[in-house]
Amino acid sequence: MSFEYAPAPESRAITNIKPKYGHFIGGKFVTGSKHFPTINPATEEILSQIALAGKSEVDAAVKAARKAYNSTWSKTSGKERGKYLFRIARILQERAREFAVLETLDNGKPIRESRDTDIPLAAAHFFYHAGWADKLEYAGLGSFPKPLGVAGQIIPWNFPLLMLAWKVAPALATGNTVVLKPAESTSLTALLFAEVCQQAELPAGVVNIVTGDGSTGALIVNHPGIDKIAFTGSTEVGKIIARSVAPTKKSVTLELGGKGANIVFEDAAIDETVEGIIDGIFFNQGHVCCAGSRLLLQENVAEEVLHKLKKRMEKIRVGDPLDKNTDVGAINSKEQLAKIVELAKVGDDEGGQRWSPACDLPKKGYWFAPTIFTGVTSAHRIAREEIFGPVLSVLTFRTPQEAIEKANNTPFGLSAGVWGEKGSRTLWAAQHLRAGVIWTNSFNKFDPTSPFGGYKESGWGREGGRHGLAAYLKGVAGE
Amino acid sequence: MNFYGLVDGSEASLKTYLNKLSGVDQVGANARAAMLATRSVKTTSKRWAIDTAISMVDLTTLEGADTVGKVQALCTKAVRPDPTDSSVPSVGAICVYNDMVGVARKHLDLIGGKHVPVAAVSTAFPSGRASIAVKVLDTQDAIDAGASEIDMVIDRGAFLEGRLIDVFNEIVTIRQVCGEKAHLKVIFETGELVTYDNVRKASFLAMAAGADFIKTSTGKVAPAATAPVVLVMLEAVRDFYEMTQKRIGVKPAGGIRNTKDAIKQLVLVKETAGEEWLNSKLFRIGASALLNDLLMQRIKMDNGYYASPTYVSVD
Repeated sequence: MSFEYAPAPESRAITNIKPKYGHFIGGKFVTGSKHFPTINPATEEILSQIALAGKSEVDAAVKAARKAYNSTWSKTSGKERGKYLFRIARILQERAREFAVLETLDNGKPIRESRDTDIPLAAAHFFYHAGWADKLEYAGLGSFPKPLGVAGQIIPWNFPLLMLAWKVAPALATGNTVVLKPAESTSLTALLFAEVCQQAELPAGVVNIVTGDGSTGALIVNHPGIDKIAFTGSTEVGKIIARSVAPTKKSVTLELGGKGANIVFEDAAIDETVEGIIDGIFFNQGHVCCAGSRLLLQENVAEEVLHKLKKRMEKIRVGDPLDKNTDVGAINSKEQLAKIVELAKVGDDEGGQRWSPACDLPKKGYWFAPTIFTGVTSAHRIAREEIFGPVLSVLTFRTPQEAIEKANNTPFGLSAGVWGEKGSRTLWAAQHLRAGVIWTNSFNKFDPTSPFGGYKESGWGREGGRHGLAAYLKGVAGE
Repeated sequence: MNFYGLVDGSEASLKTYLNKLSGVDQVGANARAAMLATRSVKTTSKRWAIDTAISMVDLTTLEGADTVGKVQALCTKAVRPDPTDSSVPSVGAICVYNDMVGVARKHLDLIGGKHVPVAAVSTAFPSGRASIAVKVLDTQDAIDAGASEIDMVIDRGAFLEGRLIDVFNEIVTIRQVCGEKAHLKVIFETGELVTYDNVRKASFLAMAAGADFIKTSTGKVAPAATAPVVLVMLEAVRDFYEMTQKRIGVKPAGGIRNTKDAIKQLVLVKETAGEEWLNSKLFRIGASALLNDLLMQRIKMDNGYYASPTYVSVD
């Protein structure tokens, strides 16, 4: 007999999903007019009906946010704002399991990740910004930094609650009010967060949540009553937003795509590097804008690293996201799966060598096995375009200079990783890499104290840390 | 001896062999071990893990206060850990000081425990501070008394001074004393080697020198068998197998006191070295208190409730 883990599913009984949702405007849940389904991507089960916000709903949300800004929030002291944020953070911790299960149901990510990463980090962002709320004059952004007003925030489906926290926490800490739109395929945790706002007795209208698709997002972006747009999503949509707001006075921050280079030098600690490569590309099914999707291996260790990587990939557990032993869950949507399948096909057609471990994928739902492509060069499309799935392109290099040149040879510049035991070379590499976040001997580690953002087409502005506060305050150089 | 063709016995060749090893990143190794500790092992897999862990226990008593009576009692328990349930497997071995080896062997044979080996701690255990002549006699004495497993300690002082060839030669010498008669386990005392780089280096050194098992600790120094240390050693035996086609065993010892910790060790084995290592020929757990907790958990799984601790025997 062998040591097979028996199924260990987390119970979904803790969640209370309503058959139909509306919007959260002015501190109240209001009914929507049109609806669309949200599904569990692991089973294709319809979880609920989500409202599609049109012009009237977005207008109402912006109006509520403006009213709250003028009458309450801009007059609330930093110390008081901090109290609300601390309260929200604690409620998120208290209801962590409920949020984790709901996130996994709606998104398809493994419960281990929602439980150990997404929800604790979301709470950490509220705790961190709660601390800033009454200390903004010491943030190095001038003596009297002022909020911008009403922020329109549009977030993606890969880390639904965490991206909400990245946006809402700094906005509230700095005295702004918000109109937030979650991604159309993952609205449920944002709607549960609306309940948390009520539970925390946050003044009505400080946080407004409208659900919908790209058309709702466009209404927010183009709304004249909004002072600032914060968007996380694709570079394609980011460019549209940049064009739309260019003739206006709106401030903008954009967190866009990436094609992160993960550089492995010959003296890297191989076993831990292999773990880092796995974390870099298979964490969250590769639905990570800062994923290490291009692996750059020094030629003299390439064979050994690839051998160990493949052996390690054979141990990855793909399957039921609610099972506590699952490492890689379901692809978030049918559309995303189609895009991954298409780009992987391009990889085949271009002559890349595709390899995946043997794994039994469930019959229902959207699944894609962890995959690597070897024999890839900088001229291949799979080395240039963001796949946003569990697909790794493997390239090689001969010298440190060549590694940097290849790593920077992309219109993106969000993240990079450097693996090696030689500190001086690591620092040299970090100075020459054109990427907003550089990890050394680790990958995909996040912390609210650390600013996050991109170079080039990966975005404008920073989120998190002291630098992230600048995105929500005015009269600041470099804003 | 040809040392698997990896070294020729000279200091230069040993250096070349060990210098080829990649380093271990401490943060990364800790993170991997912590992640594997979150594996959820329930129902049928938990039941399998408990029985497997029982069969892997090196039931140990290494006290100045050990007596014939105490060792005989331990032997009885080793053969039938739960006297009320014959489906409970015997443990992996009895582990005692030299002077108790004869007592243990004789008593085991008397009570139908011929299949349970006796392991002796050797080479001036636990400190290893004696001349090689004494260490050789120490080992020979244990084998003569009936020990079929020798748990030797390395000279940590020599290792930390960089006299790796001395450490190597000592293991080679003890290996020769053991010959065909005894299985050799080499104890690193990882709590004194401290870094994971050292643990990795010691592992490859001991394996090339002829160890059948590599073992974390004596149980006399803390920290002992921490999860990342065991992880690094399991990676070493996995890689050594790829180099030589020879499987070396791993024995964590010290600090593994309850079922949860033991199951975490089995998870480390499964997901690092692989299923081939999940038996008492290639994985042992050096412990004393652990066995009773495994028995308690086993009773709980059968009955659905926790029994009073008085239902399992004291040592």
